[in-house]
Amino acid sequence: GRVLSVLVMELQATLTGHKDVVWDVAWSPSGSFLASCGADRSVRLWNNDGGRWVCKTVLEGAHDRTVRAVSWSPCGNMLAAASFDGTISIWDRRKGAFECSATLEGHESEVKSVGWSVSGTYIATSGRDKTVWIWSYDDDEEYECASILNSHTQDVKCVTWHPTLEVLASTSYDDTIKFFKEDGDDWTCFQTLTGHSSTVWAVDFDAYGDHVVSCSEDRTIKIWHCSQPSGKKAECTATIAGFHTRPIYDVSWNKISGLIASACGDNTVRVFHRPGERSTDEPEYALLASSDNGVAQDVNAVQWSPASPSVLASASDDGTVRIWNVRI
Amino acid sequence: QKLENSAPVIRESAEARRTTLLELDDLQSDPFDTREIFDLIRVLNDPEHPLTLEQLNVVQEGQIELDNQNNYIKVLYTPTIPHCSMATLIGLSIRVRLLRSLPPRFKVDVEITPGTHVSREAVNKQLADKERVAAALENNHLLKVINQCLDITQQHADSA
Repeated sequence: GRVLSVLVMELQATLTGHKDVVWDVAWSPSGSFLASCGADRSVRLWNNDGGRWVCKTVLEGAHDRTVRAVSWSPCGNMLAAASFDGTISIWDRRKGAFECSATLEGHESEVKSVGWSVSGTYIATSGRDKTVWIWSYDDDEEYECASILNSHTQDVKCVTWHPTLEVLASTSYDDTIKFFKEDGDDWTCFQTLTGHSSTVWAVDFDAYGDHVVSCSEDRTIKIWHCSQPSGKKAECTATIAGFHTRPIYDVSWNKISGLIASACGDNTVRVFHRPGERSTDEPEYALLASSDNGVAQDVNAVQWSPASPSVLASASDDGTVRIWNVRI
Repeated sequence: QKLENSAPVIRESAEARRTTLLELDDLQSDPFDTREIFDLIRVLNDPEHPLTLEQLNVVQEGQIELDNQNNYIKVLYTPTIPHCSMATLIGLSIRVRLLRSLPPRFKVDVEITPGTHVSREAVNKQLADKERVAAALENNHLLKVINQCLDITQQHADSA
C-alpha cells in the first residue's frame, strides 16, 4: 500500500486509572464524555475539564468479570456495558449521578459487544454463545428481548448499527460479517459477507451507511460497498494490507472527515484515507499517519470523537486510554 | 480413567542452564535466549501423565523462535498423539506461563508443530484469540486445570 505522511498524529493525553487491560472506549454523542471499560470490571467516565482530562466517575459493582464493551444511548443519558459475566448493565444519569437502572440477562456466556440503535429503540448484544440479541426499549422503560439471531456459527465479536436505519452489522470468529434487519415481528439476516480469512474483530459504517469497514485477525482491513438493506449483494471494494503486523482489533470510520482509524495488536493506531474521487473503480487507500512507538502494548479499541473530527481515543492492554489529535 | 496415550516415549530432562557472568552483573542488560524461554515451559506438567512437557518431548528448545530486537517469541509444541484432546489445554498452559513470566513488551505466538495434530488449525486459532484466552483465565474451573499444569513447585524442590 501507499504511505502518504500528510497527517501528524499527536498524543494529547494518557489517561491512567484502570488497573488492568482496557478493552473499549466510547464517546458520548455530544463528545463531552469518554467512557472506557476493562478487565478491572469497571467503567470509567472521563471529560476534558478546562484543557485537562479527568476521571469524573467510576462505575463499579455491577459485574464480577471483565467489562468488554460500552455503548451510549443516542440521547447520551444512558450507557450500556457488556461483560464476560454474561450480563449487560444499563446506567442512567437522568437523576444526576449515573445509576445502574437495569441488567439484561439471557446470554449463556461472555457478552462481547453492545450497541444502541440510532433511534434509541433497540440495543444489540452479542457473545461467545454465537448469538446476537436484539433488545427493545419501550416508553415504559422496560427492556425486552425482541429477537435472538443464530446466524453465526462461532462467537460474535462485534455488533454495530447503521447510522440512520434500523440495520445491524455483526462480525464473528466464523470469519464473516452479517447484516440484519427487522422483518415483520422478527429480525432476519439479509446478507453475509465473506472474504476475510480469519476472525473479523470489528466493523463500522461510513457517514451515509452505504460502506462499511471491517478489520480482522488476518491483518487486513476491508472496505465493502453495500446498498442495503434491500439492494444487491455487497462487494469488497478495497483491501488494506501490508501495514498491520498483528491482528487488528478495531476500526472507526470518521463520520465527518471520512478518515478510517485502526487499532492493532502491533501496538499501533493507524489512520487511512482514500485519496481521489469516490467514483474510482479500484480505490486505493493510503496510510496517512500512525502512532509509531506511542503505545507500549496491544491497542484494543479506537473511536473518533463525534464532536471534534480530529480527536481520536484508543484503549490499550497497558491499562491506559489515550487521546490523539490527528492534524495536517 | 483410560489414558489417551498409555505408553508415551519419555526422554531425559536437560541439565540446568549455566548462568553467565554477564547475567550476574545487574548493571548490564542481557537479552533473553531460547534456553531461558525453554526453561520456563519445559517444566510444565502434562495434563495426563505425571511427567513434564520436556520429558514427553512436547516442547523442545529448537522449536522456539526468539527475536529480542523485535520482542517476538514463537513456540511450537508437539502433542504426543495426533488426536490428543488435551492439545488446547497444553497450548493454553504454555501461553499463560509465558504471559505471567515475560515482560509485556513481548508478542508471543503459541502453535502446534505442523503435521502433528488433526485439529491444528482450529487449536492455533483459539490460542491466538486474546479475547478467548482472557475469558478462559476468568473461568475458575479452567483456571484450576491450567494452574495444575503450571504447578512446578515439586520440580523446583527436586532440582534445588
